[in-house]
Amino acid sequence: MMIYLPIAEVSVNAFVLLGLGGIVGILSGMFGVGGGFLITPLLFFIGIPPAVAVATGANQIVAASFSGVLAHLKRKTVDLKMGTVLLIGGLIGAAVGVFLFNYLKALGQVDLFVKLCYVVFLGIVGALMFAESLTAMRRARGGVVPPKRRRSRGWISRLPLKLRFQTSGLYISVIPPVLVGILVGILAAVMGVGGGFIMVPAMIYILGMPTKVVVGTSLFQIIFVTAFTTLLHATTNFTVDIILAVLLLVGGVFGAQVGARIGVKMKAEQLRVLLALLVLIVCGKLGLELLLQPAELYSVTTAESL
Amino acid sequence: MRAALALLCLLMAPMAAAENVVLGLSQKSVSITTNFDGSEILIFGAIKREEAIPSGPPLEVVMTIAGPNQPLTVRRKDRRFGIWINTDEIEVDSAPAFYAVATSAPFGDALSDTEDLRHRISIHRAIRSVGAPMDVENASEFVTAVIRIRQDDNLYQLLENTVEVTEQTLFRTSIALPANLTEGDYQTRILLTRGGDVVSDFNTVIEVKKVGLERYLFNLSRQEPLLYGLLSLAIAIFAGWGASAVFRIFQRN
Repeated sequence: MMIYLPIAEVSVNAFVLLGLGGIVGILSGMFGVGGGFLITPLLFFIGIPPAVAVATGANQIVAASFSGVLAHLKRKTVDLKMGTVLLIGGLIGAAVGVFLFNYLKALGQVDLFVKLCYVVFLGIVGALMFAESLTAMRRARGGVVPPKRRRSRGWISRLPLKLRFQTSGLYISVIPPVLVGILVGILAAVMGVGGGFIMVPAMIYILGMPTKVVVGTSLFQIIFVTAFTTLLHATTNFTVDIILAVLLLVGGVFGAQVGARIGVKMKAEQLRVLLALLVLIVCGKLGLELLLQPAELYSVTTAESL
Repeated sequence: MRAALALLCLLMAPMAAAENVVLGLSQKSVSITTNFDGSEILIFGAIKREEAIPSGPPLEVVMTIAGPNQPLTVRRKDRRFGIWINTDEIEVDSAPAFYAVATSAPFGDALSDTEDLRHRISIHRAIRSVGAPMDVENASEFVTAVIRIRQDDNLYQLLENTVEVTEQTLFRTSIALPANLTEGDYQTRILLTRGGDVVSDFNTVIEVKKVGLERYLFNLSRQEPLLYGLLSLAIAIFAGWGASAVFRIFQRN
């Protein structure tokens, strides 16, 4: 069944979109990620204009993270205070990001920049996660107790403006969380992702937050940042396609349920290796597109969509 | 310029042409609905004349459908630092969003080059590109690229020998409009030619517009972007909450 998308102005198969939402939903349920890093490139692939894909992707992540946060709130694994601090940075970052996005679009380099961001960030995160989880698997097999990682945050502990974060059991300066928030906000706006895959490692390794509150807190702030991004894209670029969003959501919602069930049956290290491989595959595909000569060297943009 | 030319043709037509077009269209307008999957327009008509069919070269029919004109930016990729990035760009002043030419004979036989130049019929001439920046090499390749890309998307079509002409009096053809259409007035022209010269022409408009839900959402997104953005978010939040609620019901069982 073909559906004409009013904003993207293309006609696509509704089942393809439902399936796409479903697959990404399964993965996000399994791995606890928003899935933005998958859905946006997949939308490029089926012919949705990049600007619409990025803006609508952000809207889709709002739904996925809202669903996740409700579950985490119930388990009291959300540090609302830390979330708010990250959020302040995130909103600033999102505004900068949308501005940057529009500027690059005028230059004609937005596709390149988005793809480079994907390749660099997915590459780093994927490789780190892959190495880390392989070591963890080897340790689990060998039965050796891993040495406890010391939290060395020398320069961070010397920064001013300290605040106490009870849920996380931290007493640190608000500057690093705000900076992390800004970085993730920019990524959210430019890449159409929630930024969870950057946020989660940053919270653990830079801020030293306990792992159990990291996912909930990250999701909490992602909702607001992506909601803000959606609004900015909708009001400045008119690129949020509501019909596209609904089709992806319906698929995503069901997929997430299935994914969560699969996730429960697998070991944490296995899940992380799989996620790392997935991230690296997406990264590799986008990287190849930049390195190999494209079949069509020319591209056409109508001035109206600027 | 083009309007003036059209007007001139219109004024000249009744005097010069002894042969006139009587046109029928299968639809005067195309509605883009939610399940719009492209459309096929049947264009048919007859040639009205007061006297006998003139001797000499046979009558040929050339038809064009042109979507709204838009300025374009065309970019070319080149290898820099090992990766392919957009390096050169030119602005095309105006190119139709959709353009189809259908003829009853091979294009060159149906229309002479002079007449093509005057009426801007061939795809290449329908695109207007005034100047390219001096530093861009092979600027004409950019226009060729636009045509190639849009032909691949069926947005530009050259349909030679597809107009059926019967007894030099009746003609018919059908033109397929693809699913990714832009809204607007689609100028439709029918030219009658003999030996490559235009003997008569006729213009009409096919209106392409979004209707119903498509119209509503598109207008909302342009006129009330904030409300539209909030609506998108509300749907997302509701879906997220719904998923979580359904999940809880499943867990209880």
